[in-house]
Amino acid sequence: MSTRIFGSGIRRREDPRLITGSATYTDDITLPGMVYAAMLRSPHAHAKIKSINTSKATNAPGVLAIYTGADTEGQLQPTPCAWLLPDSDLKIASYPCIAKDVVRYTGDIVAVAVADTPYQAYDALDLIDVDYEPLPTVIDPESAAKPEAPQLHEEIDGNQAFHWVVSGGDVDAAFAEAEANGVVLKERILQQRLIPNAMETRSAVAQYNRASGELTLWNTTQNPHIVRFLCSVVTGVPEDKLRVIAPEVGGGFGSKIAVYPADFVTVFCAKSLGRPVKWTETRSENYQATTHGRDHVQDVELAATKDGKITGLRCTVYAGMGAYLSTAAPGIPTILHGLMLSGCYTVPAVKEDVYGIYTNGVPVEAYRGAGRPEATFMLERLIDVLAAKLDLDPADVRQRNFIPKFDDGHDVITGLTYDSGDYPGGLTKLLEHTGYKALRAKQEEGPQNGKYLGIGISSYVEICGLGPSQVAGAIGFQGGLWESAIVRVHPTGKVHVFIGASPHGQGEETTFAQIVASEIGVDANDVKIFHGDTDNTPMGWGTYGSRTTAVGGAALAMAVRKIRDKAKVLAAHLLEASVEDMDYEDGKFFVKGSPDKAKTIQDVALMANVAWDLPEGMEAGLEASTFYDPPNFVFPYGSHLAVVEVDVDTGHVELTKYTALDDCGPQINPTIVEGQVHGGVVQGVGQALWEEAVYDENAQLTTGSMLDYALPRADRLPPIEVISTVTPSPHHPLGVKGIGEAGTIASTVTVYNAVLDALRPLGVTSIDMPFTPERVWRAIEDAKGN
Amino acid sequence: MFAPDFDYFRAGSVAEAGELLAKYPGAKLLAGGHSLIPLLKLRLAAPAAVIDIGRITELRGITTNDGLTIGALTTHAELAESGEVKQHAEALAEAASQVGDPAVRNRGTIGGNIAHADPASDLPTVLAALGATVNIVGSDGERSTDVADFFQGIMMTALGNNEVLTSIQLPAATAGQGTAYAKFAHPASRYAVIGVAASVTLSGGTCSAASVAVGGLVPVPVRCGSVEQAVTGQVLSPETIARAADAISDDLGDDLLGDVFASADYRKAVAPVYIRRALTMAAERAG
Repeated sequence: MSTRIFGSGIRRREDPRLITGSATYTDDITLPGMVYAAMLRSPHAHAKIKSINTSKATNAPGVLAIYTGADTEGQLQPTPCAWLLPDSDLKIASYPCIAKDVVRYTGDIVAVAVADTPYQAYDALDLIDVDYEPLPTVIDPESAAKPEAPQLHEEIDGNQAFHWVVSGGDVDAAFAEAEANGVVLKERILQQRLIPNAMETRSAVAQYNRASGELTLWNTTQNPHIVRFLCSVVTGVPEDKLRVIAPEVGGGFGSKIAVYPADFVTVFCAKSLGRPVKWTETRSENYQATTHGRDHVQDVELAATKDGKITGLRCTVYAGMGAYLSTAAPGIPTILHGLMLSGCYTVPAVKEDVYGIYTNGVPVEAYRGAGRPEATFMLERLIDVLAAKLDLDPADVRQRNFIPKFDDGHDVITGLTYDSGDYPGGLTKLLEHTGYKALRAKQEEGPQNGKYLGIGISSYVEICGLGPSQVAGAIGFQGGLWESAIVRVHPTGKVHVFIGASPHGQGEETTFAQIVASEIGVDANDVKIFHGDTDNTPMGWGTYGSRTTAVGGAALAMAVRKIRDKAKVLAAHLLEASVEDMDYEDGKFFVKGSPDKAKTIQDVALMANVAWDLPEGMEAGLEASTFYDPPNFVFPYGSHLAVVEVDVDTGHVELTKYTALDDCGPQINPTIVEGQVHGGVVQGVGQALWEEAVYDENAQLTTGSMLDYALPRADRLPPIEVISTVTPSPHHPLGVKGIGEAGTIASTVTVYNAVLDALRPLGVTSIDMPFTPERVWRAIEDAKGN
Repeated sequence: MFAPDFDYFRAGSVAEAGELLAKYPGAKLLAGGHSLIPLLKLRLAAPAAVIDIGRITELRGITTNDGLTIGALTTHAELAESGEVKQHAEALAEAASQVGDPAVRNRGTIGGNIAHADPASDLPTVLAALGATVNIVGSDGERSTDVADFFQGIMMTALGNNEVLTSIQLPAATAGQGTAYAKFAHPASRYAVIGVAASVTLSGGTCSAASVAVGGLVPVPVRCGSVEQAVTGQVLSPETIARAADAISDDLGDDLLGDVFASADYRKAVAPVYIRRALTMAAERAG
């Protein structure tokens, strides 16, 4: 393998088009005869629909049609949930694409208007009369699970979508022993609802050809092949006649995994009218109706010995699912959460009960980190509480409990086998690099100008590169999790890659080209990557769970290696040598010891394509495809450190230093890795300090726009330092692990720990996120007894 | 985000804007558009007509005569960068530099800002502390009003239906005067949760005159008489300033604003911190 291009921080080839406005997003698609759809969304979080009068709207200028749930009933199947979590008493509520009888969150679609212009479509919405009978609402998942709570779905008792349990070891014995001779700690942690805020809001353009029965759907999605599959199920258009194109996609963070009612309604309109139909969400609509993340109420108990060895972890989680189960939702607070409970530590016994609960909010889905930040948070917070209780340094407590270094598999109590890791080494390097002891010494000097210094650390391991398909089946995921790639080398040695993975901002057009370049020695600029169009790419299961480089990249590497193997055979034939005598280096095939008489990959590509002189039995062309189904997940890990200053007069928190140490194995492009860590860290910091989707007592979203929902801003953040260690995954063809979510998984609790560390001298032990100045100030006042 | 239908007119002069306002009842004036356009797109406002005054040259520019005259179309960015504003009303430049983000500051105007009269806005508070006068043209000709009378409630001003706000007048800076603006910015909107503008004049080491106004937690900017009194005639030691800042609770009244991010109680409790900061900075600049 060439080291020149693999591991080189070359610039992202995507960026020139993205930063000059010349990229084509779904909303940029314009077709002849196209008309526009606008969705009428319920203003009530829970209400009966008594009647709908569309006559005024139907007759408004430019309006082609108004459709309600009565029109789509039987024409559109309910929006599906595709993660059928086993052994959990899963109860899936029917999620109609257009609500007909009852609305269950503010944003449920009640009708759609189609008009010549978007302005006319929105004008028409104002003319639709809906008579609602409001019903009682509930938004907090723990309250919603109580018997007296309003019921969202008639057939589902207690609003309980599922009850899932993970356990290992004898947790009751561990707690009994700790009660008697050790320590038991309890914390309540609220993982607030978050709004993913992809830069591009959701959008769909549907074009239906009545003559051929073919449908093309441009859709901003993280997984066009899954959209094709589920759109076929919902709309009845056969999969072979359905083409889904994800053009440029402006971020997703999990919110573009799901399939959505509005997409199917857009398809319905296009089919019904025989005209291309565009629907693009407004930002307010995005806040209201595109999936949110997190929303856990966590009660966590930790058992430990008096010298700080963890002996057990026991938790109960109420996970708010929103009004319906989104596409992948049941797997997020369970499989991707509970299986990672024990983190990077030797924990002899764990048990977690997760209750998935229906509430009157927009459905909750994966959000960057998806289940893992909520898991990492629990143990990483409790370790700091344990350290405080025993008056130990939190770094020491981590070192006492880490799984020792391993490089080829380690079984943990939840049933997973981690691939490789050196958790103690990572933390040691981080602490040395950041001058941890000096930071503590500075802290000992006491507050300066009313500002208290706090230092937070966390160590994480996460599960990504999803995953073996056999496991997918066993955990109820209604799809495979392999990836595929087709690599075609043209006569001049230029390469086309057709890949099932669907990057949407992560830079994989660049890293994929680097993989090809490093495997067969072509210039990375000579490799074109095709993705996102189901008609010209092989099947792929989508970009989420930091899996696209880990799984799609592996598929690509395997396909390119097939090319190299075939090229070697052909080169041997052309050099009249036997294959066993051949060597390969940097794009050149030569007889061992004679590198000056080499055939380049370009020479071989030409000869393979013209096929004038092929060895006996060799097919023409230089093309290969693979289906790569990973033997295991990959488990990136690391330790992060944050320093904060808390102004106790006002409660303001300032993040003054942040250092991330991550190990994602060998880095194909360190610049992209650094960018992913930056973005990930910032999103996690956002949860700790600023972001919260607030619903009021009537389940109305009060943080309905960017005026109220506080996203991280560059001027509120310090430079983020990114360092790394390199521990290859033993089972991966390139040794690489994922890096897309690591920053988010680590940073929320790192900052949380830092703020609580700062306030420890004042007696503050817990604050709910986000750390708004008022919450911090009140916690300080409460601790003072004011 | 699609606004409802409206007729659009571009006025070539203040007089023409006045005529159009009279002709189209309920019409809205458009300058930088940073308050009006979002309201239209959210369909919270649906005027039959929008009158664009953004290209009227007589509303532009900053002139110095006996003090400062600031044309209504002066943008926040221009205020923040203007040497004249920094010289005569440093607090105004300071506040303008903290409005929204660069895009907002490049388009948003002082006239539009104060005519909109958002209680969380920065500039009204500064204008209240600096004793500004608002110049207005209506069908009956020109008139001027003290800024203290201009703001009448949340998004309510003394502007009549057919009137155009043309400029803001500020007194010239005096010897020994320093001004400052201290802000608690909302992390999302960057509007002021609390904004405090202070003007301090020092003579012979003591404070001979002080003027302090607070905004963000009150419906209209409030002059803080108790604070002003507590510093006037005093040597401005940190202790004096802190004591004076605590007097703010006497000036705020009962009508305090709070929201999901910061309650009224909290804002009231931490307001003295920002009074202290503004006074300290103003005193430093005065000295």
